[in-house]
Amino acid sequence: MPEVRIEHISKHYGDAPVLHDFSLTIHDGEFFTLLGPSGCGKTTLINLVAGLDHIDSGEIYFDERQVSTLSPKDRDVAMVFQSYALYPHKTVAENLAFPLRVNKQPKAKIESEVRRVSALLGLAGLLEKKPAEISGGERQRVALGRALIREPAVFLMDEPLSNLDAQLRVQTRAEIKQLHRTLKRTTIYVTHDQDEALSLSDRLAVMDRGEVIQVGTPEEIYRAPAHLTVAKFIGSPQMNMIPGRLMPGTPLQVDVGSTHIAVCSSELPEQSMEPEPREVIVGLRPEDIRVQQASKGQGARVLDIEHTGSRVWVDLVWGDHRVKALAAGDLSITRDQLVALDIDPTCLHLFDTRSGDRLP
Amino acid sequence: MRSGWQRSLLLPLCVTVVLSWSLLPIAWQVTTSLKPNAELLSLPPLFPSAPTTEHYRVLFEEQSFHQSLINSAVVSVLTTVAALVIGALAAFPLARLRIAGKGMFLGVVLAASMFPAIVTVGPLFVIIRALGLRDTWWALVISHTSFALPLTIWILTNFMRELPDDLYRAARVDGCTPWQAFIYIFVPLCRPGFAAAAILVFLFSWTEFLFALTFTATEASRTIPVAIVLFPGIHEIPWGEMAAASVIVTVPVFVLVALFHKHIVLGLTAGAVKG
Ligand SMILES: Nc1ncnc2c1ncn2[C@@H]1O[C@H](COP(=O)(O)OP(=O)(O)O)[C@@H](O)[C@H]1O
Ligand SMILES: [Mg+2]
Repeated sequence: MPEVRIEHISKHYGDAPVLHDFSLTIHDGEFFTLLGPSGCGKTTLINLVAGLDHIDSGEIYFDERQVSTLSPKDRDVAMVFQSYALYPHKTVAENLAFPLRVNKQPKAKIESEVRRVSALLGLAGLLEKKPAEISGGERQRVALGRALIREPAVFLMDEPLSNLDAQLRVQTRAEIKQLHRTLKRTTIYVTHDQDEALSLSDRLAVMDRGEVIQVGTPEEIYRAPAHLTVAKFIGSPQMNMIPGRLMPGTPLQVDVGSTHIAVCSSELPEQSMEPEPREVIVGLRPEDIRVQQASKGQGARVLDIEHTGSRVWVDLVWGDHRVKALAAGDLSITRDQLVALDIDPTCLHLFDTRSGDRLP
Repeated sequence: MRSGWQRSLLLPLCVTVVLSWSLLPIAWQVTTSLKPNAELLSLPPLFPSAPTTEHYRVLFEEQSFHQSLINSAVVSVLTTVAALVIGALAAFPLARLRIAGKGMFLGVVLAASMFPAIVTVGPLFVIIRALGLRDTWWALVISHTSFALPLTIWILTNFMRELPDDLYRAARVDGCTPWQAFIYIFVPLCRPGFAAAAILVFLFSWTEFLFALTFTATEASRTIPVAIVLFPGIHEIPWGEMAAASVIVTVPVFVLVALFHKHIVLGLTAGAVKG
């Protein structure tokens, strides 16, 4: 189970650069996720790692082995495709057996491996069926099984769950996590679903337009998004973004038009010395704003109330801004009511308006 | 909207017209082949008063007819195999790989299939004579294959294009070389395409006349369409035997089309529905 090192890779399609000087290290045995919006180059990157496409420049290493010029079969990778890519003319058993058959394994071994993998994934009853005769969830398992059967060095998964319905997706997600815990293979997982990325990964890279914006554990990325793009992408509902000005002096405050919010000053030791106010974007996660009965504090008007089972989200007009916030557990509110907002100053995210970078 | 009676009348009418148009000559041949010699050139009777298999018997006693049947079968089968093998090998990269000028190449291939055979028969004759292949099966196999290839490539390329890209990628990741992906995945999945192309090529070669007439000289390589035309002796024209031979030649055509008409339609329209 190797460490995968991607070093200074570039890839163009025609004139359009997809990846430019892209570097990333995936640790041995790690579940690593590439998260990013559609079209940002995730599939391109994973195809390059698999050897399905040529790299324009740069290198890929599995440990010390340079694999950039090897064909897929010499890299010892397995891949699960978004479309599953099952062979329609082969039965489930034949699909599972195919990687072993191509690699000329003995018949007895193939049979026992097919039995092992189908038992592991609950496919035993389906072995004689064709892919067209089984459900979407079952196809997904077969695709997973076909990747598992060879015990490859590196697992690649390109949006393997995006064709499943919501319930099945959560269930299969848990199974994939369990499988990784058992097998401990280096896994690169591609998704555009932040929920999936946060719940599955040991570490993840947030990508945008062919570049890595931030690499870290799910907790690091959720707690301290390094850039506005990451902040917008991670967390659901989306983080509130409020333009404001960082005021000098102590206690440090941001001016968001109608009101001032205190900033936990320990977070910004240097900015406090700045003599001029500074344009910033204030990021506030809805779950970090508590809606409370108006008695004192910052007033806001309720626009809409959204129940999602365990939680109640509230859309508010707050000064010149619209924000989403979380209603405190036992609060009863109605539309157009005036409420107070309780903001924890340690949960504030500040970003430079021009560059989008997080202010430390 | 057309009213009911018009619709219910129009379709059967059209079908009847088309069917009569195409089937009457064949029916004519069948009745002729069953008429005794005395009734051959007279009308009435439209149908033989006493149907006879005499013409068929005479035909099969003739050694040269057996040889022509064998020639036709061998040439058609070899042509079909050659066209499919070469066609598939051309179609795979055309459908799968990113090659500059691919679209133009396919356009040229299609244009080539529109060429009237009469234009190429002269140059081909010179080539075949130079190769010393005159009056052999190979003269026909080569010329038929070259003529059938454009359609074969076109049909198979369209079929392979329909297969999702991910299938090829999956096969490569599962350990296939491009060649193994072709053999294990593409060939089996394109079976309907192969069937369609095979039937069309076989029928073309089986009924082809111009090349067969030009490149053959003796019974050694003469195919049936040519043999039938050369039946007439010096003193008489054996209409009965010619009709019987035509019927025999038509039988495999009928059988093939009846068995595989779905494939033929599918093969010709592949790619028309999606993208
Ligand atoms: N075969 C290709 N030819 C041309 N452009 C491509 C090709 N594959 C991908 N692209 C382009 O590269 C960019 C990244 O694509 P992709 O890696 O598939 O994104 P993602 O998987 O993150 O959605 C897209 O803008 C896409 O249009
Ligand atoms: Mg993709």
